Amino acid sequence: MAAKQKEKRVLLQGNEACVEGAIAAGMRFFAGYPITPSTEVAEQAAIRLPQVGGRFIQMEDEIAAMAAIIGGSAAGVKSMTATSGPGFSLKQENLGYAAFAEVPCVLINVQRSGPSTGLPTSPSQGDIMQARWGTHGDHPVIALAPATVEECYHLTIRCFNLSEKYRMPVFLMTDEIIGHLREGIVIPDPKTLKIENRKINKKIPPFAVPKGEIAPQSAPFGQGQRYNITGLVHREDGFPTNSTTIAGELCTRLMKKIEDNVDDIIEYEERHLEDAEVIVIAYGGTTRAATKAIELARAKGKKAGLFRPITIWPFPAKRIQEIAKKAKKFVVAEHNYGQLVHEIRLATKDAVPIEFLGKVDGTIIMPNEIEELI
Amino acid sequence: MASPIIKKYIREGTLPHIWCGGCGHGIIMRNLAVAIENLGIDRDKVCLVSGIGCSSRIAGYMDFNTLHTTHGRAVAFATGVKVANPDMTVIVAAGDGDISAIGGNHLIHAARRNIDLTVIVMNNDIYGMTGGQFSPTTPMGDLATTAPYGNVDRPFDIAKLSVGAGATYAAKGSAYHVKDTTKFIQEGIAHKGFAIIDCVSSCPTYYGRKNKKGGAVEMMELQKKNFVPERLLERLEPEWIEEYDKTIRAMKGGK
Repeated sequence: MAAKQKEKRVLLQGNEACVEGAIAAGMRFFAGYPITPSTEVAEQAAIRLPQVGGRFIQMEDEIAAMAAIIGGSAAGVKSMTATSGPGFSLKQENLGYAAFAEVPCVLINVQRSGPSTGLPTSPSQGDIMQARWGTHGDHPVIALAPATVEECYHLTIRCFNLSEKYRMPVFLMTDEIIGHLREGIVIPDPKTLKIENRKINKKIPPFAVPKGEIAPQSAPFGQGQRYNITGLVHREDGFPTNSTTIAGELCTRLMKKIEDNVDDIIEYEERHLEDAEVIVIAYGGTTRAATKAIELARAKGKKAGLFRPITIWPFPAKRIQEIAKKAKKFVVAEHNYGQLVHEIRLATKDAVPIEFLGKVDGTIIMPNEIEELI
Repeated sequence: MASPIIKKYIREGTLPHIWCGGCGHGIIMRNLAVAIENLGIDRDKVCLVSGIGCSSRIAGYMDFNTLHTTHGRAVAFATGVKVANPDMTVIVAAGDGDISAIGGNHLIHAARRNIDLTVIVMNNDIYGMTGGQFSPTTPMGDLATTAPYGNVDRPFDIAKLSVGAGATYAAKGSAYHVKDTTKFIQEGIAHKGFAIIDCVSSCPTYYGRKNKKGGAVEMMELQKKNFVPERLLERLEPEWIEEYDKTIRAMKGGK
């Protein structure tokens, strides 16, 4: 078992695991700005990147860090940044640019308690709707949420893979709970990892999508294609236009890139759904309390199960509708005043009663609080 | 018949450009084309980055790898391009509002790092695209649509600001002084480190009309009469990527 020998078992913090995953995915440029509780991502990137021939830069502000990674990716290097609450707000304009200009990049958002400066070291899941609707205009979004340190590693790789395949920014929506958690994880043999790289075809216009393909196939800057990237409405050749027809077609194509491929993008975890009457829906750091609550309830003979979206956006509405048919009740737990619960209500249209448990005081939702609602 | 320089460096399909008659930006664009031609740099290895405003449209017109970005952020995008691919010649073209108001923070920090970028400012003392509001370079007392009773803000000297922040090449040119400005742009691109060429452009449509400076010709004559091209600084200091890469080499040596 030669492959097995190259596996490593290491103790890592969630934030550090994101960097290890990113490097395994091929990330060789990180631009960051210090912000709690995401700072360890930047610190680990500063340590690790020169070791693998990559470069780390600490920019002058959050906006610049987002801009720099878009530039880095346009030059063909897999690029990443990390931030938390206020920084995520500041990055929104350039995130919209990356979505519209179809530049792959990855952003780790270690969510903290808000709004505004809030409770900078306390956990939250308050950026779920900002991830979906934060920048102006309609735009495609992919966001994943890890529940363990090991998932920080694997989902960061998946963020890069999705980002390269769909040519867009992808968010890892982690939180203070997972970001600062330390767990033993298995780092697999790099040869066993599936790594996606952007498809390149210099013979077609830079923003043309060949039939049967998902995204444009422009080459990185410097490889002879000499095209234009802009945040203006643009034609397939990359140049701006005021054509309302092209504007409509472009915006629709970008949204369809996600809508037509939800099955490829959406991942979720289910536990005990075969007999569950009460289904707890939780994601990210909240999953851990939910899992324990379900254990406690089942020990008392209650038929409880878990549905955990791993992909937050696009939202797994179809699967939620299916499981709603069998359940007597949903319990939705989030560290916010109610964000993803709106999507669940929208998907189920009152087919199942929903009890919501939210927290906005910076404390962690405890298993017994969820169990009481089961 | 377009000149060979225009044929080679301008994407003719994108013309006519949006700049008004008498705008100085087109002259500065040509100066950049001539500078690249004189330096003999392969167009495939040139990346031209711009922000938002009249100046920013230069990215669409010139036949390089072009990145038309968000307002004020061109220098930060350009930093990413350069760090990711140091083999490229990375040039930023920006307006006075773009580079010194909304983008001022990026300008001073790129200068401080002395990263190998060249910034060309097309400085017309006004926000043209949005219709003639005062900018950080509008002289005190001058009129603008948002300074209807005269500008009370004190102006920046962008070249001196950059020198103060750590730029290692700085010059002032103008649309009128074609030879000097082309030479400065050429020197800035050849310079290893952060270079800025602050070029006086002219906006007869808004700044000129509001302040009774006359039309295109009169505004050019004012540049001829009142402006002296000047190289403020040229010196070699450690460049960011060269310094960073010493660590990369040391790490690999330690393996």
